[in-house]
Amino acid sequence: MAILRITDSGVLLDERPKGEEIALAEWRAGVRPEAGRFELFIPNTEDAEALAEIVKRFDAVILEFPDFKDGRAYTQARVLRERLHFTGELRARGQVLCDQALFMARAGFDAFEIGGGDAEGFAKAIGAYSFFYQPAADSARPIHALRAEKRAAA
Amino acid sequence: MYRYDEFDETLVRERVREFRGQVARRLSGELSEEEFKPLRLMNGLYLQLHAYMLRVAIPYGTLSSRQMRQLAHIARIYDKGYGHFTTRQNIQFNWPALIDVPDILDDLADVEMHAIQTSGNCIRNITSDPYAGAIAGEVDDPRVWSEVIRQWSSLHPEFSFLPRKFKIAVTASDQDRAAIRVHDIGLRLHRNGSGDRGFEVLVGGGLGRTPYVAETVREFLPERRLLSYLEAIMRVYNRLGRRDNKYKARIKILVADDVGDFRRQVEEEWGKSDKDRLDAPLDEVLRIRRFFAPPKFEKPGDASVLLAKARTVDAEFDRFVATNTLEHRQPGYAIVNISLKPIGLPPGDISADQMDAVADLAERYSFDELRATHEQNLCLPHVRKDDLFAVWRALDEAGLATANIGLVSDIIACPGLDYCDLANARSIPIATRIAERFADPASAADIGELKIKISGCINACGHHHVGHIGILGVDKKGEEFYQIMLGGSAAADASLGAITGRGFSSSEVVDAVDRLIGFYKANRGEGERFLDAYRRLGADPFKEVLYGDIAHH
Ligand code: SF4
Repeated sequence: MAILRITDSGVLLDERPKGEEIALAEWRAGVRPEAGRFELFIPNTEDAEALAEIVKRFDAVILEFPDFKDGRAYTQARVLRERLHFTGELRARGQVLCDQALFMARAGFDAFEIGGGDAEGFAKAIGAYSFFYQPAADSARPIHALRAEKRAAA
Repeated sequence: MYRYDEFDETLVRERVREFRGQVARRLSGELSEEEFKPLRLMNGLYLQLHAYMLRVAIPYGTLSSRQMRQLAHIARIYDKGYGHFTTRQNIQFNWPALIDVPDILDDLADVEMHAIQTSGNCIRNITSDPYAGAIAGEVDDPRVWSEVIRQWSSLHPEFSFLPRKFKIAVTASDQDRAAIRVHDIGLRLHRNGSGDRGFEVLVGGGLGRTPYVAETVREFLPERRLLSYLEAIMRVYNRLGRRDNKYKARIKILVADDVGDFRRQVEEEWGKSDKDRLDAPLDEVLRIRRFFAPPKFEKPGDASVLLAKARTVDAEFDRFVATNTLEHRQPGYAIVNISLKPIGLPPGDISADQMDAVADLAERYSFDELRATHEQNLCLPHVRKDDLFAVWRALDEAGLATANIGLVSDIIACPGLDYCDLANARSIPIATRIAERFADPASAADIGELKIKISGCINACGHHHVGHIGILGVDKKGEEFYQIMLGGSAAADASLGAITGRGFSSSEVVDAVDRLIGFYKANRGEGERFLDAYRRLGADPFKEVLYGDIAHH
C-alpha cells in the first residue's frame, strides 16, 4: 500500500507504515502492543474527543473514508489536531481521492493511503489554492488575517 | 454591494482552473462519468433529462447591473438565450455544453461570481431577505452576515461532505421574507432586552418528503459569535446525521428526533470550541459592513406629485404600483418587484434581452442594484417614486410589467417533468394554465394575496408544503396526477399544508383550484386573505368544495 506523506521536504511517496497497527476495538479488548511504534485505527463512528487518553500513546492514527462522500473523519481529524493536540501522523484510509486531498490536509491529515493513486495528482491538488477563508487544523492563516496584515502594512 | 479583493478573486480563479483540468480529463476519457460526477456537482453542474444544467450562485440574491449583463451574455452565447431563476436566489442555465463550462465559469469570475457549492452535500448558497437594506423594520442589513457566512462556508474543509445538502437563510426583520423556518438553519437577527444585536438560531426546517418547521435552538446568540456557533451545529450534524438513508439524512431528522438532546450537544460542542479563533474578527466584519452602507439617497419628500398624477391617468400603471411596489425605508423611494411570471410562460424564466433591460434599469434608477427573490422574481430595491412611471414603461416594453406579485398567478413551480429526471409530473404547464385561468387583473386583485406552489415530485423543490395552495405531482399508474394541499405558509407564521384527499388529473386540477377560490370569495371576511379564511374555517368546507360535487355526480 503506497502511502503519500506531507513532510517538511514536500509530498513524498513511501511504502512503509509507521509501525504495528491495532484497531480501537482490539485496544478495548485489552490488546496491548509490546514495544516499538504503533498505529491506531479508529472507525469513523467514534467520537474522537473521548479517545484523548488512548491516542496519546500512539505514533499514528488512521481514520477512514469508507466512501469519499462520508465526511465524518474530517471532524475526527480536526478534533484530534485542534482539541486533543495530537501531533503524530494522521492517515487517511479508504476511498481517498486526490480531489478531496486538500480538504483532508486542511483538516489535519498528513498521510494518505493512495493505493495505486496518482501521487503527482495529489501533490497538485494539495497545492491548488493559495488562500483559504476559514481557520482549520493546518497552518494556513485565514484570509481575514492576511487582509488585516495587508492593512497594517499599508 | 460586496466587491472582491485579490483574495476572493484568486480563490475563484483557482477554482475555475482546477475544474478546467477536471473537464479536460473527462473529455479525454481519463475520467468516467461516475468519477467526474462528484467533481462537476461541486461546481454546480448537473446532468438533467436532456442536457447539462449549470446552477450559478447569486449570494443572498444581490446582483449588480454588470453581473446581470454577464448572465445575459452567458445565456446568449452558451445557452438558448434565456436563464431560469430558482427559489434559492440562484440562476440556472439549462443547455450548456460541457466543453464550454470552464469558459462560463471564467466569464462569471470576471464579474465576481461563481457556481461553487450550488450542489452537493455541502453548505449551499446563503439566501436572505430580497428587500435587505431597502425595507423598513430591519435591525441591520442581513447581507453583512450573509457574506460573513458565505466566506466561512466556501471550500470549508470539514463541512464539504455532510450527510446531505445544507441550506442557511438569514433575515434581520420580524417579517420573514427569507423562509428561514424551512431552512436547515434559519437566522433571525434581532435585539434583546438590553438592546444588543444577536441571532435567534432556528434549526431543522425543511421540505422534501418529510417537511418540518424549524425549532429554535437558541433565542439569542451575540452576533459576533455567529461562526463558532455555526461550526458547533455543523460539527454535531456531520458526526451524528444519518448516512444510511438519503431520505433521513437532513438535519431536520436529527432535530426532530430529540430537539432537547440536539440543543445540548450543540451547546456542549460550542462550550468547548476556541471561539476567538473561529469567529470573524470585528475588523473583518467592519470591512464587509462598509460594502453594504446605504446608497446616497436623495431626500425628496415622500409624496411624489408625478407618481400621484400618473396613477390617476393610467389605470394599468396604477395597478402595477399597487401590486408590485412596496414602501421603502427611505421616504420618496419605493421597492419595485419585477414579476417573472408573465401569464402563460414558465415561472422564473427570463430572456437575455430582458436581463439586459433590467440591468439598464438598475443602473439608471436603482443605484446599480438588483435582487433575485426566493419567489422566482426580481426586484429593483431603490427606485425614486418620481421615476416609477419611467421604470414601469421600460419594464412594459421589455415584457416585464406583469402586475401580479403575491397574487394567484405569481406561482412558484419547480422544473418538473419538462426538465427533471426525478419528476412524476409536469409542473410548469399546470402553473401556466392556472395563471391563464386567472389572467384578468381585476379579478386577480380581488382574490388578493394567494401563494400557489407546485412541485413535480415529493422532493418539493416547488415548496408545495408551504403554499397557501400547494400542488404535488404524483404518478398514478403512469398518468400524471396532482394532490392538493391547503394552509401552508413560509412566512413568519410558517405552517405546513395538509393534504386534502385524492389527486386530480391534469385536466381536473385547474377547475379544482377554481372551486377553492370561488368558495373563498363567497365566504371570506372583510380584507381576509385566502390563508386566513382557511385557518378560520378549517379544512372540512374546503374539502367539501373539492370532492363534494364529484361524489354527487
Ligand atoms: S420537486 Fe421533484 S420534479 Fe420538481 S425539480 Fe425537484 S426533484 Fe425535480
